[in-house]
Amino acid sequence: MGDPRAAIAFEWTKIRTVRSSLWSLLLCFLVSVLIALLFGWVLRGAYDDMSAQSKADFDPVGSGFNGLRLGMISLVVFGTLTVTGEYTSGTIRASLAAVPRRGVFYAAKVLTGTAIALAVSVVVVLVTFFTAQTAIGEAHNASITDDGALRAVVGSILYMTLICAFSMGLATVLRTPALTLGILVPLFFMVSEILNNLPGVQKAAQFLPDAAGGIIMRREAQEHMILDAWSGMAVLVAWVVVALAGGYLALRRRDA
Amino acid sequence: MIEVQQLTKRYGSTLAVDGLSFTVDPGRVTGFLGPNGAGKSTTMRAMIGLDRPTSGRVLIDGRSYTDLRYPLREVGALLDAKALHGGRTARAHLLGLARSNRIPDRRVDEVLNTVGLTGAADRRTEGFSLGMAQRLGVACALLGDPPVLLLDEPVNGLDPEGILWIRGLMRQLAEEGRTVFVSSHLMSEMALTAEHLIVIGRGRLLADTSVEQFIARNSRAYILIRTPEPQRMRDVLTDAGVHTDDGPDGTLEAVGTSSEKVGELASRHGVTIHEISPRTASLEEAFMQLTADAADYRAESRSADHG
Ligand SMILES: Nc1ncnc2c1ncn2[C@@H]1O[C@H](COP(=O)(O)OP(=O)(O)O)[C@@H](O)[C@H]1O
Ligand SMILES: [Mg+2]
Repeated sequence: MGDPRAAIAFEWTKIRTVRSSLWSLLLCFLVSVLIALLFGWVLRGAYDDMSAQSKADFDPVGSGFNGLRLGMISLVVFGTLTVTGEYTSGTIRASLAAVPRRGVFYAAKVLTGTAIALAVSVVVVLVTFFTAQTAIGEAHNASITDDGALRAVVGSILYMTLICAFSMGLATVLRTPALTLGILVPLFFMVSEILNNLPGVQKAAQFLPDAAGGIIMRREAQEHMILDAWSGMAVLVAWVVVALAGGYLALRRRDA
Repeated sequence: MIEVQQLTKRYGSTLAVDGLSFTVDPGRVTGFLGPNGAGKSTTMRAMIGLDRPTSGRVLIDGRSYTDLRYPLREVGALLDAKALHGGRTARAHLLGLARSNRIPDRRVDEVLNTVGLTGAADRRTEGFSLGMAQRLGVACALLGDPPVLLLDEPVNGLDPEGILWIRGLMRQLAEEGRTVFVSSHLMSEMALTAEHLIVIGRGRLLADTSVEQFIARNSRAYILIRTPEPQRMRDVLTDAGVHTDDGPDGTLEAVGTSSEKVGELASRHGVTIHEISPRTASLEEAFMQLTADAADYRAESRSADHG
């Protein structure tokens, strides 16, 4: 029972009628592209001064995607607020009264949010890629037809989309934006970065959701890595499945 | 028709609703009366599947709410009017709900007009007063043109004009043959709007009766007696077979008798009297009395359980 398509129309209407969702998506685009532009220019100027080793290791694709990690914060905020907004405002009761099948409600919300994240990621990643490569300049940049470049583009789109889905699952479990963002933002943008540079825990840290999924953004995997591009993506998918299942179980059991 | 069957809801150690059973019939306003904390909101949340009953169930025209494909077209509920996303406009809030149940978009403007919010339709709800939020809540309830309406304390926060409006609206909806179930913690409010009453206290059913009957049965009449010799007066009345209760400030309250009889007895026995007057307890007092009795009963049965 229930009408999943109507439930999706409901979620879509709710998302497009609050400004915070629109702003977070716009911010994702701006941050990613501007940083790509900046990095590209800096790299274009700095390339000639780099050591021979650095020149050999230079990965124009991965370097161009540096801004995506920051832009992704906005997608995490988008996914989180889409879920927690219902709880902090109390509209969850009106929503569940309208769509009383919790599974239908949840699936519609996650699908709608993820589909929007996918659409935004496609635009953001493509624009970021071409902006960065243009800024780096013909001499040292990558073309989309280069070995691994297309994989990095497709992979980055998947990566950003899945991180947003992960955020929605966790947000459903935790229900408050303070708690959800308080965990995700430091985890994705500090803890994971630090742990991945500590020799002792590097091996384990690469299994963190953002680290595992992010491997695909680089042309080549680094030496200490157990995971490669697609096995890393599989690890991220596993995290997403766990987070979404946790969200479902929490939503199904709880009183609204 | 709404059927509540042996509904029990427990939150941790709090028993909010305790084996509650009643039915709500269409075509009239049924008041759901009980003091704060009696379990009214909990019962109404259980009716629309928001809170899972610990045991028991609620059926709407024979079906569980969660089995309804388009529930907003069957049941309209106003629970917590302030539960709005402040960043969304009134119109957008209604539009989403309409889309969720395949209700035509034009209904949004219709209900905004019905509740008098057309002028504020495109304002974000963060600036809404409680009265405006309450009106928007009523608009949400009416959106699907449902045959059943559940309104939890709809009068809260409304100005006098709004209160008159919602009373009239509820009566009109009932006259159209709908089931209108409205809660309040004020007996006086119920006396003005409801035809039938479900009264609960501490999660239990206390009365399921017409408002008329409830008033007749519960508005206690008594004779107030002010005397400097209360003990003698009491003895005289008791000997004459008249029951007395203690009133405030050392007064006596004689039940089931008349001023004439009390006056004659006093004069025959030479008791000094300062005042004898017939009194009727107000509805609110009657209601307090009823729910207080329930509380006493509960306290007694609990100490009996543990003693
Ligand atoms: N979500 C909840 N968690 C814990 N206790 C609750 C919850 N909701 C209600 N209660 C408790 O259940 C009892 C009934 O509350 P409620 O249904 O709101 O009463 P009413 O609406 O009649 O004032 C109260 O003691 C209240 O504190
Ligand atoms: Mg209440």
